[in-house]
Amino acid sequence: MPEIRNMTMNFGPQHPAAHGVLRLVLEMDGEVIERADPHIGLLHRATEKLAESKPYNQSIGYMDRLDYVSMMCNEHAYVRAIEILLGVTPPIRAQYIRVMFSEITRILNHLMWLGTHGLDIGAMTVFLYCFREREDLLDCYEAVSGTRMHATYFRPGGVYRDLPDSMPRYLPSRWHNEEEVKRLNENRQGSLLDFIENFTERFPVCVDEYETLLTDNRIWKQRTVNIGVVSPERALQLGFTGPMLRGSGIAWDLRKKQPYEVYDKLDFDIPIGTNGDCYDRYLVRVEEMRQSNRIIKQCVDWLRKNPGPVIIDDHKLVPPRREEMKDDMESLIHHFKLFTEGYCVPEGEVYSAVEHPKGEFGIYLISDGANKPYRVKIRAAGFVHLSAIDEMVKGHMLADVVAVIGTQDIVFGEIDR
Amino acid sequence: MTDSVQTFATRLSQRFGGVLTDCHVAYGQVTAELPPERLLEVCQALRDEEEFSFEQLSDVCGVDYIDYGRADWETEGTTNTGFSRGVSEGVFHSDAVVVKSRFAAVYHLLSLKHNKRLRLRCRIETDPPQIDSVINIWASANWFEREAFDLFGILFTGHPDLRRILTDYGFIGHPFRKDFPLEGNVEVRYDPAKQRVVYQPVTIKNRVLVPKVIRDVKREA
Repeated sequence: MPEIRNMTMNFGPQHPAAHGVLRLVLEMDGEVIERADPHIGLLHRATEKLAESKPYNQSIGYMDRLDYVSMMCNEHAYVRAIEILLGVTPPIRAQYIRVMFSEITRILNHLMWLGTHGLDIGAMTVFLYCFREREDLLDCYEAVSGTRMHATYFRPGGVYRDLPDSMPRYLPSRWHNEEEVKRLNENRQGSLLDFIENFTERFPVCVDEYETLLTDNRIWKQRTVNIGVVSPERALQLGFTGPMLRGSGIAWDLRKKQPYEVYDKLDFDIPIGTNGDCYDRYLVRVEEMRQSNRIIKQCVDWLRKNPGPVIIDDHKLVPPRREEMKDDMESLIHHFKLFTEGYCVPEGEVYSAVEHPKGEFGIYLISDGANKPYRVKIRAAGFVHLSAIDEMVKGHMLADVVAVIGTQDIVFGEIDR
Repeated sequence: MTDSVQTFATRLSQRFGGVLTDCHVAYGQVTAELPPERLLEVCQALRDEEEFSFEQLSDVCGVDYIDYGRADWETEGTTNTGFSRGVSEGVFHSDAVVVKSRFAAVYHLLSLKHNKRLRLRCRIETDPPQIDSVINIWASANWFEREAFDLFGILFTGHPDLRRILTDYGFIGHPFRKDFPLEGNVEVRYDPAKQRVVYQPVTIKNRVLVPKVIRDVKREA
C-alpha cells in the first residue's frame, strides 16, 4: 500500500483568479482543502509611512491607489478624518456631490466585482456587460476630475471643483466614423448631470440583464449556493463588514447606522442575505447597485435645484482661485504657504469610517499639531475578510477557493497598502 | 448624540474605575487608556457584558510615539540651525509634549448592538514591547496583530502564529518605527551576471521637500 500524504499546493501570486498578487499556500487532502495560508504583502508600498512624510493634501492621491476600484470612497474616509480634526464642514452641495460620487464608485466597484467574479467561475459574458457600464461611470470621473481612476477629487473642505456644464465628447477617429461618433455622443450633449441622469434611467435595465445571465443560472447556482457559508456570529467574530456581513443576515450599514454627509436625507434600503453563502452575497451586492442608483437619482435632482459653493472659503485650507492670485497679495501668500508648507492640523486623534463598497473603510489619524500626519492607519475591509479565508474554504474543493476569493471582493491595493 | 457619548464615557470609567488610567471624549469619540496587564480582563468584559457588548474588533494598530511633537523647523523663536532647507530632521521639540512610553497598541472596538465605538490604548513600556494577544476574544485580531508585530515589532503573547505578514520574506527590521528610514535599508535588483535577484544597500537618498512644522493655529470656528 503506498503512503498517502497531504499535498501542499501553491496558488498564485500570478494567477488570473487571485485578483492581483495573492499567494495562497493550500494544504490539500486529495481535492479538498485542509488549510489555506495566504501570503500577502507583495504589493506593500507602505502607504501609511509615506503619508507620514508628506503634508496632508499630498496623500489624498495615495488613497485612490489603495482600493483602486473604489477610488473616491477611500479619499472620502481620509478627507473626513482631516475635516473632523480641523473642525470644518463642507458646504451642503459638496456633501451631495460626495455622496453622489461615492455611490457612483460603489456601482463601479460592484460592476468590477461582478464581472471578475463571474469570469473566475466560468461566466464570460457578464464581464463584457459590466465593463460596458463601467465605461460610462469612468467617463463621469474623467469629466469631473480629469482622470478616469485616480481622481483626487475630494478635498478637505469640499470637492476640488463644481460639476462641469458639458460632458466630454468623442471625436471621429480611425476607429469611429462620423456616424458612430454621433451615436456615441447622443447622451453627451448636455451637462454631466444630464449624463448621469441618463445613466440612472438605463442602469436598472442593465442590472436586469446581469441578473438574467446569472441569478437563475444553474451553473452559477451550483458554483455559489452553499459555498463559503459564514454564520452571523462568526461574521462578527471575524470582523466582517459591508456586504460580507449583510450577506450573513446582519443589517449593518454605516450609511444608515452612523450617517455621514447627507445619507440621512436620502431614501434607500439595505439588502441583507439569509444563508451567508456566496450566492446571498451576490444577491446583496446586485441589490446594492440598484439602491445606489436610487441614491444617485436623488442627488442629481437635488444638485440641479441647488447651486452653491462646493468648497469652503477658507484660504488657510483651500488654495485661492488663480484669478485672485494675480492681483491680490494676500491670496498669493496663501497660495505660497499652502503649497510649500500645507496647513497644520490641531493635535488630536480621530477614527473616521465610511461604508466603502467592500465594507468598513476606516482611517485612524493621529496629529501632533504638524503639517504632516503623525500616524495614519488604514483599516481596510479586504484585509479582514482575507484573514478569514482559511475558515471559509476549509473542507471545500479547490475550485471553490476561486469562488470564495471572488465573493470576498478583495483588491490588493488595500490589503497590502 | 454627543450627550450619549459623554454618558457612555462616564459609565465606562465607573465600571472600570480602577483600571482605566484615562477616559475622555474628543471629537465625539471615546478614548480609554489602560495598562497592558489589564487588557485581557477589560476586553473580555467589554465584549461579554450586556451594557457594552462590543462584538467586533474593527482595528488594532501599533503607534510609535518617539517623534511625537518633534518638528524640523522652529516656528516660534529664532535659531541658528535648520533654517536653510529644513533638512535637519526632528531637531525641534516642543516642551509641552512628554512622551511617556515609546510604543502603544490601539484597539478600535465596535458595538453593533448599541451602535457605539470605543478606542482603547495601551502604552507599552517593556523592551521589547510586549502585550497580551486578544485573539481569543476577537478572532479578527489575528492579522491585525501580525501586522503590528511586523511593522512595529510589538510582541503579542498568546498569538498562535506571530509571523511577518506584509514585508518581504527574510526582511530585517520593523519598517513603521519612526527610526526606520523612509527609503529603507536594502533594495533589490536583477543581477545579470549571477542570473538572479540580489539584495544590496539602498542607493537612493530621501530628500525632505516639505519640512515638518508645528504651528499653534487658532482657527475661527
